[in-house]
Amino acid sequence: MLSGSAGYFNFVTAGQNQLDAQINPVLLLPLGDRWLIETRAEFEGAFQRPDDGGPYGGMVSKNLDYAQVDYIANSDLTVTVGRFLTPFGIFNERLYPIWIRSIQQDPLILPIATGSSDGMMLRGGFPVNAKANLNYAVYVSAVSTGHSNLESDRNVGGRVGFFLPGPRLEVGASWQKLLQDERSNAFGFHFAWQPVGLPLSMHGEYARSNQGSGYWVDGAYRLSQLPFWRMAMRRLEIAGRAEQFFSGQISADEAEDLELPGANTREGEFGLNYYLHDGLKAVASYGRQFSSDGNANLWTVGIAYRFAFPLGRMGAQ
Amino acid sequence: MASLMGILAVASALWGAASSAKSDSPNATAVRSAAGADNMRIEGERRFQANCGRCHAAPHKFPPRMMATIVRHMRVRATITDEDMRLVLYYMTQ
Repeated sequence: MLSGSAGYFNFVTAGQNQLDAQINPVLLLPLGDRWLIETRAEFEGAFQRPDDGGPYGGMVSKNLDYAQVDYIANSDLTVTVGRFLTPFGIFNERLYPIWIRSIQQDPLILPIATGSSDGMMLRGGFPVNAKANLNYAVYVSAVSTGHSNLESDRNVGGRVGFFLPGPRLEVGASWQKLLQDERSNAFGFHFAWQPVGLPLSMHGEYARSNQGSGYWVDGAYRLSQLPFWRMAMRRLEIAGRAEQFFSGQISADEAEDLELPGANTREGEFGLNYYLHDGLKAVASYGRQFSSDGNANLWTVGIAYRFAFPLGRMGAQ
Repeated sequence: MASLMGILAVASALWGAASSAKSDSPNATAVRSAAGADNMRIEGERRFQANCGRCHAAPHKFPPRMMATIVRHMRVRATITDEDMRLVLYYMTQ
């Protein structure tokens, strides 16, 4: 089947308008009862006016986020081979798609130990008792520099999480060891919480490496419990994120290459998401960034859409 | 003699009632099956809210084979357990 997301956004950062159009197709091909081939590509055009004026211009970037073969060996273990999303924290694997994330700007710490890896991964989840599930992922990645869309680092790492279905709370930790250059370590913690009885969803991460450290916490609250304009309110969600980044042991130029802030940065954002239809939402947000490089206002308006189509005879049954 | 016949009649009736309770009639089986399906659907919804609801709202329902592919994809992506996957799939295809 073919799934994925498409979106169009206006990002205004410190008065500079950027038009961003993207499509992220996901191809899923199940084979038998135990195999799955899955890929996701990212095509993103980001256009803005030059500082000295003139028409909008920019690049269209193309990336292969993952192209992996999964073998479900048993109820506790799945073996993955190929290019996969690095399982560090939860944003990169679970919250990255534009139709899922509640605030469209990337968290400041997202580049730390995430991205894609080329290699092999073992992962799974199983109940440890009646009140807790354990999930895990361990991986090894080879260096890949031949093609700009398939880059990866040589590293090993893993993530473990405990999910308590009763309070709907997940907490976990991640670790990664770089096996090249500085051979540095990175580690992080994450949580996800969805209180029972409230249309509230909260997530958060902390990450630390030689490139920097920081955290983010976000929350999204569906206004379905308000006693007026029920039809509209049940489609409306308020969202917010607070985050902070502390510079690491790398230069500002290196940080810029990694898409990390070049200086210590704090940021707060508040947004509204309106679900027009299943998989289609309009988004708007305002944020304020405080940095020793200068403060800035962050405005975002746009629309995100998730699509899913059957291929072949899949939809007929 | 009459009292003996009465005792035999009551014993016979009780035996018959016990026998019919042991052997399922088609209606009783169907009722129990429907109750089991309801329980699985309710449990599947609970598992959906707990696992999938952490990141996104429930999508519209898709055809069963398409849904099976999506749930297999999410099993790998979100490392949900085998049992959760089966119950979520049951809920999403009912």
